[in-house]
Amino acid sequence: MGDPVTHAPAVWRPRLAPKARLRWDEIEKRYMLVFPEAALMLNDTAPEILKLCDGERTVEEIIESLAQRFTGVDRQVIEDDVIGFLTRIKARGLLEG
Amino acid sequence: MAAPRPYTMVAEVTYKCPLRCLYCSNPVNYHEMRDELTTEQWMRAFSEAAELGVVQVHLSGGEPMVRKDLPELIRHARSRDLYTNLVTGGTMLDEEKLKRLRDCGLDHVQLSLQDTDRRAAELVAGVRSYDKKLQIARLVKTIGFPLTINVVLHRLNIEHVPAVIEQAAELGAQRLELANTQYHAWAHENRNALMPTRAQLDRTEAVVREALPRYQGTMEIAYVKADYYSDFPKPCMGGWGKSYMVIVPTGEVLPCHAAHVIPGLRFDSVRDQSLITIWNDSPGLNAFRGDDWMQEPCRSCPKKTIDFGGCRCQAFLLAGDAAATDPVCSLSPRHDIIRNAIAEAERGDGRLIYRDTGNSQRLSVRLREPVAR
Repeated sequence: MGDPVTHAPAVWRPRLAPKARLRWDEIEKRYMLVFPEAALMLNDTAPEILKLCDGERTVEEIIESLAQRFTGVDRQVIEDDVIGFLTRIKARGLLEG
Repeated sequence: MAAPRPYTMVAEVTYKCPLRCLYCSNPVNYHEMRDELTTEQWMRAFSEAAELGVVQVHLSGGEPMVRKDLPELIRHARSRDLYTNLVTGGTMLDEEKLKRLRDCGLDHVQLSLQDTDRRAAELVAGVRSYDKKLQIARLVKTIGFPLTINVVLHRLNIEHVPAVIEQAAELGAQRLELANTQYHAWAHENRNALMPTRAQLDRTEAVVREALPRYQGTMEIAYVKADYYSDFPKPCMGGWGKSYMVIVPTGEVLPCHAAHVIPGLRFDSVRDQSLITIWNDSPGLNAFRGDDWMQEPCRSCPKKTIDFGGCRCQAFLLAGDAAATDPVCSLSPRHDIIRNAIAEAERGDGRLIYRDTGNSQRLSVRLREPVAR
């Protein structure tokens, strides 16, 4: 999804679209992404990624930040996770930038 | 049986509306239902909804802006972490009111437009409204709300879908709903005027297919099919009483907008009981949960877990039996009703029945007369 140049990890600075809201779900004890007409239940890593999507950090910096926190996880796995997740929700119009 | 978790509530806070749309989904006898819930009763319903697991509240109507307490209701819903969407015709909004709603925490605005052609739009809405609606769409964006534009499709506007898509993009909508008319309530009264032809639908669906990838990531286009022309029914509401509830202005909790047309079902009101009790125990909500109620050909059909036999209200409205297979289904023994309805609409009768109090009074009288089926 998106332009391969503007959405390259070094320059892509994603931010959650104004229509989407990250909320804690007390029933499922998980984070949920809510937007008009739908809601996505998130796994454990997705909210950690989204909290770093402030429109300032690049995707590369987000990956770096997560790699430093989760030292036991292979960096390539983190990279694939982050880019895969952001690309999916970008296609649903849930990201700006 | 424990009731499933509801995710979405439509709060129809009033049936009053300045528009007179030919396809209105409010009951044709709405004028008899004037005893609206109070502010406190709505607030309690929102709190209990959040407890049940509801995450989204669509504030709808009628025109929700008729309610003077709307800002208070929104503030309360937000305090319970509910995602709030204002479903509006727009004509009662202005800059000051929109700013007030934003300050109360409103998340999203869904605005109905009738057509890109002024004359056609106002013919369907029954009042002057075209310029005001466009002005409000722009204001909604300027103030910074995410905007969904909803256009109900029918014979009179379906040819304009290419222009509708362009206009929605130009207005900065993040989502465009192109929803073919569902023939309940007022739309059922006006079916012969509103039903598109097969050729119109084919052209429109090609236009939408072509537009989808062009707008991917910038404007979501949601297309709701014309079920009279489908081989199989839609999975109505994702199943009866499953994840969706509608609270009507007088407080009854329904599985959809139309369920009070089905006679013999008891729907309970948040005036008398907690929403939690109602969601779990109301006989009306339990009537068509699961699939024990199904008849053939649904009972042995492999698609029954996909479409749940279609729409119960439509089965009643068309076949006279709410537990029958939705006549839209090509497997229904009563599918001839649909073929005949399409043929009748093609002949047309030129009759337009606007949604207003006078017509509602007249139709209420008809509802009380015994009907031969």
